[in-house]
Amino acid sequence: MDALMQFIYSGLTVGAVYALVALGFTIIYNASDVVNFAQGEFVMLGGMITVFAFDAGLPLPLAALTAIVATAAIGVALNKFAIEPARGAPVVSLIIITIGASILIRGASQVIFDKQLHRLPAFSGDDPIHLLGATLLPQSLWVICGAFAIFIGLWLFFTRTLLGKAVLATANNRLAAQLVGINTGFVMTLSFALSAAIGALAGVLVTPITLVSYDVGVGLALKGFAAAMLGGMGNPKGALVGGLLLGLFEALTAGYISSQYKEAVAFVVILAVLFVMPQGLFGEKKTERV
Amino acid sequence: MTGKSKWIQLAVLAIIMLVLPFFFPSGYYYRVGALIFVNALSVVGLVILIGYAGQISLGHAGFAGIGAYSCALAPVHLGLHPALAVLLGAGISGVLALLIGRPILRLKGYYLAVATLGFGILVSMILSNERGLTGGPDGISVPGLGLRPLLRDMGLRLSGGEFWYIVNAVVLLVSIWIALNLYQSATGRAMRALHGSETAAKTVGIDVARFKLQAFVLSAVYASVAGSLLALQNGFITPDVAGFMHSVEMVTMAVLGGVGSVLGATFGAAILTLLPQILTVFADYEQLVLGFVMILVMIFLPLGLLPSIAARVRWRGV
Repeated sequence: MDALMQFIYSGLTVGAVYALVALGFTIIYNASDVVNFAQGEFVMLGGMITVFAFDAGLPLPLAALTAIVATAAIGVALNKFAIEPARGAPVVSLIIITIGASILIRGASQVIFDKQLHRLPAFSGDDPIHLLGATLLPQSLWVICGAFAIFIGLWLFFTRTLLGKAVLATANNRLAAQLVGINTGFVMTLSFALSAAIGALAGVLVTPITLVSYDVGVGLALKGFAAAMLGGMGNPKGALVGGLLLGLFEALTAGYISSQYKEAVAFVVILAVLFVMPQGLFGEKKTERV
Repeated sequence: MTGKSKWIQLAVLAIIMLVLPFFFPSGYYYRVGALIFVNALSVVGLVILIGYAGQISLGHAGFAGIGAYSCALAPVHLGLHPALAVLLGAGISGVLALLIGRPILRLKGYYLAVATLGFGILVSMILSNERGLTGGPDGISVPGLGLRPLLRDMGLRLSGGEFWYIVNAVVLLVSIWIALNLYQSATGRAMRALHGSETAAKTVGIDVARFKLQAFVLSAVYASVAGSLLALQNGFITPDVAGFMHSVEMVTMAVLGGVGSVLGATFGAAILTLLPQILTVFADYEQLVLGFVMILVMIFLPLGLLPSIAARVRWRGV
C-alpha cells in the first residue's frame, strides 16, 4: 500500500510535467493547427536559462522570470519566422519545420550554454513530507500545484476574459473570427508566447528534481505529444488528464513490472486507446466535409 | 509520366552512379556513396507511403531496425546465411506492417503520426533493453556477407567501399524501377487517388483501407532491406538505427528532395547524407545548421528541392 502511494506520488509529479507540455501543444494546435515538436525545447530553455541566470547571481524568482520571458520571446520568433511563412503547408512539412526548429534550438543551446547536466536548488528545501504512508519531496508539490494553478489560470483566461474568448473563437473558426473583428494574427502570437511560457515554467519547476541539459527536450516533446493525443488533441482537459495518466502509467510500470519498459507501456497504452477511440479520450469526433 | 520517362529516369541515375566514382578523391567516398544509396532505398519506400498514398509515418526506422538486427542475429542464432537473413528481416517487417497497419491506418494526420511514432519507439526500446540478445545500447557486430572473398577467389579484387557501392547501387536501381512501375499501375493510381481525397476514392469504388495497407507494407519492406544493407556494410549496428531521430531523418530526406518523385527523394537522401559529412568541419554548429536548413527548405521550397527547382526552370521557359 505504501509502495503504491509512493508510485502514485512520483507518477503525479512526472505526469504534471507531461500535462504542462501537452497543454503547450494544445494551445498552439488550437490557434494554428500545428503540432509544435519544439515544445520540449521550451521546457529545456526554461530550465537552462534559469540555471545560468541563477549562477550569474540573479535571485531565483528573477532568474525564473527572465527564463520565462526569454522563452516566450523565442516562441513568438518561432511563429513569426518559421510557422507563419509556411501557412497552409501539408502536415508532413509542418512536422519537419517544427522538428527542424527543435534541432536548431538544441544546437544553439549546446553552443551558447554547454553540454553539462545542471541543477537548481529546491524551492523549499529537501526535507521529505510524510503523507498517507509515503514520502513526497516539497519540490514535487511545487510541480503538481504549479500545473494545477496554470490549468485553473488558463481556464479562467479562456472563459472569463474577452481576449481568451477571442483565442477560443479563432481556434473554432479562423475566418469567422476574422469577420467579427478578431485580430487572428495577434492571437497566434499570443498562443505561441503563452505556450512557450508554460513550457518554460514547467522547466523551472522540474529542474530541481530531474536536472537539465541541452538535450532533455526531445523526450519531453514525445511524451507531451503522446499525452495530448491520448487526451484528444486540442482539448485542454484532455491534455491534463492525458499527461497525468501517462505519468501514472509510467510510475506504476516502473514500480511493478520493469523500469526499463516504463516508457514502452506508455506507448502501448496510447496505441490501444487509439485503436478503440481514434480521436483520443476527449477528442471530438470530426466529420469530413466533402 | 509515360513509360519512356521511366527508363530515362533510371538511365540518368545509372549514368550518374557510374560516372561519379571517377571524381572520387579517395576510397572513402565509395563508403559515403554506399550510405547515400542505402538511405535513398528507405526514402523511396517512404515516397510510396507519403508521396503516393498520402500517409505519414514517424516510425519507419523501427522497420530498418528489424532488418538490421535480423542480419545481426539470424546468422548467429538460426544459422541462416546473411543474404537469407535480409529476406527474413524483410518478411518479418512486412508481416508486422500488415498486422499493425490495419488498425493504425484508420487514423489520420497527427494521430497516425503518434501511432507510428509509438511503434518505432517500442522497437528501439526492445532493441536497447534486451541486452542478452541484442547487446543493448552498445550495439552488436554483424557477420559479413561472404560474397567479397568469393569474388576475390574469382580474381575480382574490390575494397569494402567499392563492393557496397556496387551492391547498393544495384539494389537501389531495382527498387526505384519497382516504385516507378507501381506509380503507373492500377494500384499506384488507386494510391494516388486516395491521396487526393479518400472520400472521392471511396465513391469510385477504391478499397481505401487495402491500398493504404499495401503502401505501408511495401514501404516497411524497403526500410527493412535498407536497414539490413546498412548493418551488413558497417559490420556493426546499434539501436540508434531504429530510433526516433532516424525516422525523422528518413521523412526529412523524402520531403526535402520532393516526396512526389522517386528521383527527387534520392536527391534528398544524397543532400542529407552529405550535409553532416560537410558539417563535421563546423563540429559544434552541425545541429544548428541542420535545423536551419530543414526550416528554410520547407518554407521556401515546399515541394522539395528538385521539383521546386524544376518548376522554376520551367517557369522561366528555359
